[in-house]
Amino acid sequence: MITAERKPLSEIHEMIAPYRKILVVGCGTCVAECAAGGEKEVGLLASALRMDAQRAGRDLDIKEVTLDRQCVYEFIDQLTEFIEQYDVVLSLGCGAGVQAVAEVFPKAIIVPALNTTFVGETKEVGLWVEKCRGCGDCKLGFFAAVCPITSCAKGLFNGPCGGSQDGQCEVDPDTPCAWQLIITRLEEVGGLDRLKKIHPPADWSKQQGRGPRKIMREDQKI
Amino acid sequence: MRGESRLKKVLQGGSFTVTAECGPPKGADPEAIRKKGGILKGFVDSVNVTDNQTGVVRLSSLAACAILLQDGLDPILQMVTRDRNRIALQSDILGASALGIRNILCLSGDHQSFGNQPQAKGVFDIDSMQLIQLVRQMRDDGMLLGGEKLTEPPHLFVGAVENPFADPLSYRVLRLEKKVTAGAEFIQTQCIYNLVRFKEWMEQVVDRGIHEKVSILGGITPLKSARMAAYMSDHVAGMNIPDEIINRMKSVPADEQREEGIQIAVETIQALKGIKGIHGIHIMAIEWEEVVPQLVEKAGLAPRPAV
Repeated sequence: MITAERKPLSEIHEMIAPYRKILVVGCGTCVAECAAGGEKEVGLLASALRMDAQRAGRDLDIKEVTLDRQCVYEFIDQLTEFIEQYDVVLSLGCGAGVQAVAEVFPKAIIVPALNTTFVGETKEVGLWVEKCRGCGDCKLGFFAAVCPITSCAKGLFNGPCGGSQDGQCEVDPDTPCAWQLIITRLEEVGGLDRLKKIHPPADWSKQQGRGPRKIMREDQKI
Repeated sequence: MRGESRLKKVLQGGSFTVTAECGPPKGADPEAIRKKGGILKGFVDSVNVTDNQTGVVRLSSLAACAILLQDGLDPILQMVTRDRNRIALQSDILGASALGIRNILCLSGDHQSFGNQPQAKGVFDIDSMQLIQLVRQMRDDGMLLGGEKLTEPPHLFVGAVENPFADPLSYRVLRLEKKVTAGAEFIQTQCIYNLVRFKEWMEQVVDRGIHEKVSILGGITPLKSARMAAYMSDHVAGMNIPDEIINRMKSVPADEQREEGIQIAVETIQALKGIKGIHGIHIMAIEWEEVVPQLVEKAGLAPRPAV
């Protein structure tokens, strides 16, 4: 999933300060799973903003909506009937959600309530860990399903650096060394020989490309 | 006639080789480099110049190597993949050769979070293994990445590093072997204090015949004090200092600890001379270059051979 964290309230207040009528829009998919932008978090943020406004003697008009997916036009359309009644849209979607809403409603003022962080997994309750950098050229098959680009602090393709100690990364001793994980997994299946291959320099054009990357699928077009 | 690598010639001549590290200054002062070079000259075969070691900005390794070369030393250009992408790396490799530098040491580099620019973007476009392969391709095939021909290949003797003390232990020899396969011609190791573990590692190296394909220089860092020993042991990743070494440093009064550190280093060098597959030493006397001449003399390695 795409993970995100809510911005500090002070930053949100600053962005919405010029406006009175606020449409708070959540997303029921990734950011709901990571407890940052789902229906529950929309409610919590709206309540906090209302309370702060009340304390400051301000009259805010806040409407709460949570779309199933804020990055898909069919769902965004649900905002059409009332979006013009609001001064600003405060989006609790990921960066893609914020921009998709802005594209559908060119005249709307839309500001983000979240900092979008990474593609990751739910490790345990309250802990999400980055797992994928979206390099566009997945090599997990070579590395026992541990991504060296994401999980190694130096993104090394050809073995650990000299700083791995007690199975932990030198950069953050609370993080396991990705190469320790790769080697342990390969040792268990007798596959250490696979690491003899010298991987050539990666093709980063598949990740950085020329501006935003696109996926075009003729077979998906009607 | 273009100059040749002294390091390569000394190693090929079969002498027990001595290299030492020289850290550039945190400033634009060429005299600081010249002074360090002057101390080392005649006592070592070649001088490594570190490349923004520990992620701290210093005078560039390339510039410092050029200065040492003017003063008649044989510099080893350390090049890390942390700060430059493949365009900049290849360009600097060509530049180094054009300046007359004849040795390169390929590393990934300490992570930027340890240095004085922790908010920097770590480049790591390629890794150290790929850098070794790249320099060899440029030199031996006269080709850039992607296959374009060079008008003149770089003339560089190619080295890499290995840490026999880091984890995962079971993989450390395989990793050395991989670097040799990639094209490393000499290896400089992490500082050796734990001779027991180092010997075990070297036995595996010799068993696999790796020592016949690459020249291995054992890393030596003389300890300045018991405090430094304890600090390195606790805070430097991949550093292995046995308690007996730390206790030995503690057992002498503070004003005699430097002498004790030198003595331990001399004993380690003597031990390394007796280990099969070791071709020399690499002295990393961090900000203590002036100790190198006496260390080399005490170890019976002065004067250096004429080549």
